[in-house]
Amino acid sequence: MSVPGAEQTTAQQANGQVPAAPDGDDILVRVEHVKKHFPIRSVGFTRRTVGQVQAVDDVSLTIPRGRTLGLVGETGCGKSTLARCVAGLIPVTSGTITFEGQQISGLSRRAMQPFRREIQMIFQDPYGSLNPRQRVGSIIGEPFAIHNLASGNDRKKRVQELMERVGLNPEHFNRFPAEFSGGQRQRIGVARALAVRPKLIICDEPVSALDVSIQAQVLNLLADLQEEFGLSYLFIAHDLEVVRHVSHAVSVMYLGRIAEAGPKDPVYDHARHPYTAALLSAAPAADPKTAAQRQRVILVGDVPSPIDPPSGCRFHPRCPKAQELCSHEDPPLEVKAGDEVTHVAACHFPVADGENLAAAGATAGSAIGGSEPQ
Amino acid sequence: MSIVQIEAAAQAAEAAPEQAIEGRSQWQLTWRRLSHDKVAVASLIVIVIMIALAIAAPAFAALTGHPADTAYPNTGENAAGLPVGPGTHGFWLGTDGTGRDLLVRIFYGARISLFVGIITTAIAAVAGVTIGMIAGYFGGLIDTVLSRFVDAVLAFPYVVLALALAVVLGPSLPVIVGVIAFFSWAGIARIVRGQTLSIKEKEYIEAARSLGAGPFRIMFVHILPNLLAPVLVLSTLYIPQAIIFESTLSYLGLGIQPPTASWGNILGDAQSFYQQAWWYVVFPAGALLITTLAFNLLGDGIRDAMDPRTERIFAASRARKRARRKARAGQGGNLPAASAPGEA
Repeated sequence: MSVPGAEQTTAQQANGQVPAAPDGDDILVRVEHVKKHFPIRSVGFTRRTVGQVQAVDDVSLTIPRGRTLGLVGETGCGKSTLARCVAGLIPVTSGTITFEGQQISGLSRRAMQPFRREIQMIFQDPYGSLNPRQRVGSIIGEPFAIHNLASGNDRKKRVQELMERVGLNPEHFNRFPAEFSGGQRQRIGVARALAVRPKLIICDEPVSALDVSIQAQVLNLLADLQEEFGLSYLFIAHDLEVVRHVSHAVSVMYLGRIAEAGPKDPVYDHARHPYTAALLSAAPAADPKTAAQRQRVILVGDVPSPIDPPSGCRFHPRCPKAQELCSHEDPPLEVKAGDEVTHVAACHFPVADGENLAAAGATAGSAIGGSEPQ
Repeated sequence: MSIVQIEAAAQAAEAAPEQAIEGRSQWQLTWRRLSHDKVAVASLIVIVIMIALAIAAPAFAALTGHPADTAYPNTGENAAGLPVGPGTHGFWLGTDGTGRDLLVRIFYGARISLFVGIITTAIAAVAGVTIGMIAGYFGGLIDTVLSRFVDAVLAFPYVVLALALAVVLGPSLPVIVGVIAFFSWAGIARIVRGQTLSIKEKEYIEAARSLGAGPFRIMFVHILPNLLAPVLVLSTLYIPQAIIFESTLSYLGLGIQPPTASWGNILGDAQSFYQQAWWYVVFPAGALLITTLAFNLLGDGIRDAMDPRTERIFAASRARKRARRKARAGQGGNLPAASAPGEA
């Protein structure tokens, strides 16, 4: 990787300080210093590695049992890559992932198999995630077939129970996915994930492809299932309101790193990282009064390339509060003054409560806009 | 619009969603579109008739009283020892160079042609799908090795090599089938590999992997069913090629050996008589032409029927039909608005 070694060490030390959840024993999944770099190979015969896409760079987080961890961030910030690492779909470059204390990163396909029953995934696209040639019954029954859990009439009975549980008509088990609406398809995906009674379900933007009214139905279904089966969720979304609605804790990702993490309310009400503050100010408010009062923080420029991330704080080229220090020193993820011990942010100049970032953005943004080509 | 008409339209609109909900699988949709394609339906009928005639070849031999391999030197040849024309002495399409019934021999030839065409294509499809799917799914070194092998097979001057193989191995039906299949699978493998590469990136494959499905399950349950449509189209288009390939080999004397009839060897024998006996060339060549044309047109039809984009062609023709009906109805003063929402 291109980040100099000194900075990397700082970041690792910093991330090592991520505080455990209140009840340390009840951590279901622990992600520690996980990196996922995709090599960029040259075209041609030699296929030399000419660069690395640092999709996930030194991320640590914990998912408590029976709780929901929301993971938010812009498109391309590495949320889905992290989810796929946790689900064991892609190997991590470095770092470890443990499930109930057992390491699951770096396992062979066969060794991973028992954990596949514990970790399931719900996908973003309800159209792409169901095989168009498979009938619904065999889609939902597939986990039973793979793990040899049930067959024949028993499987059919359990599939129909699942369909009923997620609000589908059990009579429709012989239909093809194309015969269902987006919301119904997502329910099929939920039923499939639920079939093996997992402990963790990774929801990769499960509602962003759905209608708002359907979103609420699916979110409520997920909440009911959590209560009923004691499920833990890693809930990935870019819709902040959705994440606030479903999560107990929230982690904000920016360009492969965690920018801010903590319990939901402190993060939303006392955002310390300017990026979190900017994200929150950009979310549309349902109440027009709130919307009118709000100071919108406009970020300048685009998300930098994860192939060659900015030095120091990765957010500094777009940050309204950026100063000289930010461009060469990577801020550690730490508790800021006056916050709970579980609320951490990676920023040298955290946002104070009530601070008007929009005003800062007007001056600093233009200064940076002049010096940084967009 | 009168009240009655508006009511009728409203009723139709109410009835329409009921129709829309009725689910159709992709094969049903394909069949629906195919059955609207007159050329494809005609081709299918021609192929079915040809298969029926091939099966019924012994019945024809019995009907005419002329077994395929029996020569009739007295009735089947004229005084000069040349074949007799159609309709002479009970030979419906005339006779061949040795005084055998041409019609019966063409029907027996159809058995060989259709058998070789369908069997070789089936073998080539199975081999091509297997190799293409393995190459596409596993990628890496396996893909490189298999793809280069496919390239090598496609690069062979196949007629020359097929002739050489037929000579070395001795011409017989299994050898012909083997040789033709060997030169047909590579094209299918290449297409299947490309399709597999694209299907493998679909989210449902990732979903299957996250459930713990192994490579065989993913290939056979998730990739193969999604490959069947392009393979069916391709296979239909490979059948006529195989038929022509067999005829070529037989024409050159390295395919089906006399006295067994094949369209290729009938044509091969006919070349010494074409100035005296037009029927000897025209009828077997016509059978070959009609059969290969029918398979090609059917293949094109299936391809169009499976491609949802061609729906627009039908939509346009339907719109024209609607407009025509409207114009007609307008003259009669009766607007059939009821049909419009159902067709949309």
